[in-house]
Formats: sequence, structure tokens, C-alpha cells
Amino acid sequence: MKRTWISIVVIILVISLIACNKTQDDIMPVQEQNSPESIHSTQINTKMVYIPGGEYRPFYSADSNDVFVAPFLMDERPVTNQEFLEFVKANPQWRRSNVKRIYADSSYLKYWQGDLKLPQEALPDAPVTYIPWFAAKAFAESVGKRLPTLDEWEFLAMADQDTSNARTKKQYSDDIINLYLEKDRQYKAVKQSGPNYWGVYNMFDLIWEWTDDFNSVLIKSDSRVGEDDKGLFCAAGGATTAADILNYAAYMRFALRASIKANYNIANLGFRCAKDTIISPSQNQEL
Amino acid sequence: MKTLHYFLAVAFLMISCQQNNNSKVKKDLPSNSIFQLSSEWQNQDGKTVHLKDLQGKTLVVVMIYTTCKTACPVLVSKMQLIESKISRQDIKDVSMVLVSIDPETDTPEFLKDFAIKNNMDAPQWVFLRSNEAATQEFANVLSMKYKKISPMDFSHSNIISIFNPQGQLIMQDEGLEIDVDKIVNTVHGVLKG
Repeated sequence: MKRTWISIVVIILVISLIACNKTQDDIMPVQEQNSPESIHSTQINTKMVYIPGGEYRPFYSADSNDVFVAPFLMDERPVTNQEFLEFVKANPQWRRSNVKRIYADSSYLKYWQGDLKLPQEALPDAPVTYIPWFAAKAFAESVGKRLPTLDEWEFLAMADQDTSNARTKKQYSDDIINLYLEKDRQYKAVKQSGPNYWGVYNMFDLIWEWTDDFNSVLIKSDSRVGEDDKGLFCAAGGATTAADILNYAAYMRFALRASIKANYNIANLGFRCAKDTIISPSQNQEL
Repeated sequence: MKTLHYFLAVAFLMISCQQNNNSKVKKDLPSNSIFQLSSEWQNQDGKTVHLKDLQGKTLVVVMIYTTCKTACPVLVSKMQLIESKISRQDIKDVSMVLVSIDPETDTPEFLKDFAIKNNMDAPQWVFLRSNEAATQEFANVLSMKYKKISPMDFSHSNIISIFNPQGQLIMQDEGLEIDVDKIVNTVHGVLKG
């Protein structure tokens, strides 16, 4: 009788061990899902434009020093709804119903009709918006690119249709402001307006764009200033040239960057991708 | 006797599956938990850790760099003050976490040295550094702004954050006038559950 009980206890022990083991196994996929490798590549080949870079004066620079921007490749236009759909198809963890709150607030892709259903009001070829920084980063990784740096983006933004640096023209900023004021502009398809000097489209007319280091714009709590509420106005006023005081459009972009958090999803905030390059312009014809 | 055996067997099964329940907690991490981040870090002992290794304790977190001469010393002294105001009974359930925004300079040896020099080498003090990408990601989770302004100098926002043992953000205080008592009260509130 005693032996029977011992064997029963042993059997229960074995069963419970197996049961517990199974749970251990269950945990594994979660860990895999969490790992950076879990970003699956997406086959999207947006045309990229070679930008030679060079010295430029940042709009908002505490040091009022010129910054050197190395040559880089930039997507000729923002990432579209259709492309982002391809990405979430390949990466279920970035679908609306699966996304982790640490990466995206509850407005993530909120104008889409479902996890895999594009929005009604926006065209498939319109820029994707309601996108947090984290998702933009993940998308860029999945296509083998990265987000542009703030300096790269602003370097490119100096151009109008005819020149690489139009900052001294009053019309340049006024034109951009007019574009910024247009309502529901993010629902329109990309590449319907003309390219800038470099051959890049839709820098201003459809959306605002994430940059990799958007969180480098400090309005307060500067470690060197050492106190709060030294406004952007003071710092920028002291640091920028007279020509840039006219550049209210750039001011608006910096104010936006300073006020957003990486998990925010905003109706007219999207992104495009960039890439490092070692290719020189002459080899660039076919890019 | 037979009943006792049954009871023992069932109790045993429950105990062994207690483990299951613990694992389940891990699996069901809140979606907004910082333990969702998969980045790899090194602590002041050079040991590779993940954020979820901090799970189970109330966290007081600040991002600094050790060569900083201006704001960071203030932040560090705030962290020391907060730590000193938590009872010795409670401190074992708290981790005071300092995350470097300058991983290049702040090697584990550097951090260890800094910890010893500042009398922050008790077990509740955790210093972390990673690569640039993970640092940037973590900074963005904390809504922390920072910018490298010269090879050895950063501008950055001054934020102390409190996370509960599941890694959810409970409160943040920003600026150099951080209210230490408010943070200590919040930590005690989280500890009481």
C-alpha cells in the first residue's frame, strides 16, 4: 500500500515537472518576439536620391557652429500606407491590435480600418501617419535603411525647386507655411507635386516627418544652462542668423520636435528613410 | 491517512505549479512595461543584463553621464538623498538605477569607479550602459531629450522616473528642483501596493 502511494506521488511529481517545463517552453517564443531579430525584412524598393551633404548652419544651435553633414541617401518621398501595410503583414507585432503600449499610444494607425485594412479617407499611396517613432525605426530596419538624422533632414529642407539653399529667400518660408496650413493634406498621394533641387518630393506639402534624433531638441533643462524654461526663442534668437529669423517654418518644425514623445501618433506625422552611402554622385545615376 | 496522502499530492502539485504562475506573470508583462524592451546592457560589474532582470523591484531611474560637471552631480545627489530617505527595511525592494547617456566613456570600469567614489556601491545601486541605439531607445521611452554637443559634453533633460515592479511608469519629475520628498512618498506608495 505504501509503495502504491509512493509511486502515485512520484507520478504526480513527474507530471507536474512536465507541466512546468511546458510553461517554460511557452515563454520562449515571447522572448524571441522581443528580440531585435524579430523584425522581418520587407521588400520595398523606394527610389533613393544621393545627397552630397556639406556644411550647414542649424536653425536651432546652442553653439551657432556650422555642422558638417556627410553624404547620404534619402528616400525620394515619404513611406506610404500601402508600404506600411506590407511591413505589418510581415511583422505581426506591429499590427494595430498587437503593438506594445510602450512603443505606441492608443492612436496608433487609428485611421486604418483594421489591422490589415487601409484607411478609407486616405489613398494607399498617401503617406502613412499616426505612426510612432518606434514603428518608423522598425520599418526602416525592415527595409535595410534608417531614419534620417535631424541635420540630414534639415540640410535637405534648405532647398527649394531651384537652389540647394533657399533660406535667404523670404518666399521660401512663406511658401512652406502656406503648405503647412492646408487641411487634410496627408490624405493625398505622394509625388503629385514637384521635386526640390535634389529631386526629392514632398518635404513639406503632405506631412511632418520623424527624424532619428528628434529628441535632441531641448527647450528646457539644458545641462549647461542648468535651469528650466530657457525658451526656444531665447536660444534660437541668440544662435541663429537674421535670415533664419524669417524661417518660421523651420521654427515650427523644431517646436514640434521638442514637444512630441516617441510613442505619439499624430494625424499628419509620418516619415521617410535614409541610408549611409559611400557611392559618389557619378556612380549614382541609376539609384 | 488516505485523505492526507491525497492532500499532500494535491498540495505538491500546486506548489510545483506555483512556478508556472510566476512564469505566467513574466509572460503577461503589461504592454506598457519597460521590461518589454529587449536591449542588452552591462552593469557596473561588467555583467550583461536585460531590463527585465530588474523586474520585481520598485525602480528609481535617472539618465546621466559620469564626466558631467554641471547638472548630473545635482541629479546624483538627488538620487542619494532619495535613497537615504527610504527605510533600510524597504530598500531591499528598491533599485536605484543610473543609466549612462555616454556609453563610449562610461565603461563598466568607469561606472564601478564612479559608484565607489560616490559611496553608491551597495546592492540597491545599479549602473547601466549599452550601445548608442539602445540608449537612444531607452531615452525615448523616458521622454528624455539629449544631444551630444562636444566629444565629452551632452545637453540633456533632467528627469527622475519611478517604475513599479512590473515596469510601468508611475511618475516623473523634471528639472533640477526635483521634489525629493514627493518621490520618496511615491516609492513608499508603490511599495505598499
